[in-house]
Amino acid sequence: MNHTAPEFTWQITDSFGLTFNLSTVMMLIISAAIVFLIAFVATRKLALKPTGMQNFMEWIMDFVKGIIQSNMDWKTGGRFHILGITLIMFIAVSNLLGLPFAIAIDGDLWWKSPTADPTVTMTLAAMILVLTHYYGIKMRGTSHYTGTFFSPMKFMFPLKLIEEFANTLTLGLRLYGNIYAGEVLLGLIATLGASSVLGFVGAIIPGMAWQGFSIFIGFIQAFIFTMLTMVYMAHKVSADH
Amino acid sequence: MNLQALEGSETIVFLDNLVLGAGATGMNLGDILVTLVTFLLLMALLKKFAWGPLMGIMQQREELVASEIEEAEKNRKESANLLAQNEKLVKETQANMAEILDSAKKQANAQREEIIAAANAEAARLKESAQRDIAAEREKAIEAIREEVVSLSVLAASKVLSKEISEADNSALIKETIAKAGELK
Repeated sequence: MNHTAPEFTWQITDSFGLTFNLSTVMMLIISAAIVFLIAFVATRKLALKPTGMQNFMEWIMDFVKGIIQSNMDWKTGGRFHILGITLIMFIAVSNLLGLPFAIAIDGDLWWKSPTADPTVTMTLAAMILVLTHYYGIKMRGTSHYTGTFFSPMKFMFPLKLIEEFANTLTLGLRLYGNIYAGEVLLGLIATLGASSVLGFVGAIIPGMAWQGFSIFIGFIQAFIFTMLTMVYMAHKVSADH
Repeated sequence: MNLQALEGSETIVFLDNLVLGAGATGMNLGDILVTLVTFLLLMALLKKFAWGPLMGIMQQREELVASEIEEAEKNRKESANLLAQNEKLVKETQANMAEILDSAKKQANAQREEIIAAANAEAARLKESAQRDIAAEREKAIEAIREEVVSLSVLAASKVLSKEISEADNSALIKETIAKAGELK
């Protein structure tokens, strides 16, 4: 269980370097490739009367559309449709990647969910929050945007400021915590299963149960992340707030 | 950290592995960049190759459904109009038919009366002409008989004259003949 990360540091100057977790980089690219392939293959034979995979893709689109519409009107929220679909699919696939197995070479953990890395989830969360502020200013104007920090009362300003950071932190860490904890427990069960014959017998039932539950959690977390994205977005861009 | 203050160093090692970014030395700037680039690139590619076309076709379908509904509504209105027109036409036709039937009956009645009247008149005329003919024939027959009587009388007279009979016989004969002729008349 004491895996290390395969790290690589690109030293640009003597004092400044970019550190890459090669495992995270690889898994991110694999996730993106899988999502792209699913979406690409599903939308090759588009027809007015949808069949097979097109139905599935349209269901996802309608599902995300439902999420957006439950937070803001479609005229405002339509522009976030593509962001929402990409988010939900990318996070769902990322969450599921670490479930079937984990690969560790020389103590370095290579195969895992990219979302089991807090850097990835916090980056996504920060990106979402930056986007909400960007669209808040773009669509409602700077004065209205600034005003939201002082409403309903002026003394709320510190709380509002904390809220923004808390939102970012909880959005990223909720996803990371769920997936990382799932993988840690899966790893523990796998270790138990590999220890002895008796251990294998004892581990197979909880192993299957936890994997099933992790699949459920993977989808739920993807849904929650997308939902919260739209909630935060609606707070900033909707006129009725 | 004062490790000696805590009992059991293994516990500390285990806890240490569960903190954020276990095994990593702080935040990796490279990972942040890779995550951002990967996600944004994926979004851009999907928009171009998958979501764009899919949204297009969904939009197209929406428009198709809307236009079909509109068309159906239009057709429904049109057929309702046609139905109303047809009903009006049928009513008009029925009224016309009744009128025509009525006038035909009236005409037939009038014609019947006319024909009966004409037949009666003809019958009366025929009867009258027949009576006239009969009367004329009768007159003619009587005339013929008279002529016959005269010729018979002459014949009788000549016979008497040829037979040399007595005055008495003669007169008796004439009287008889005249009487006969008178009876015939």
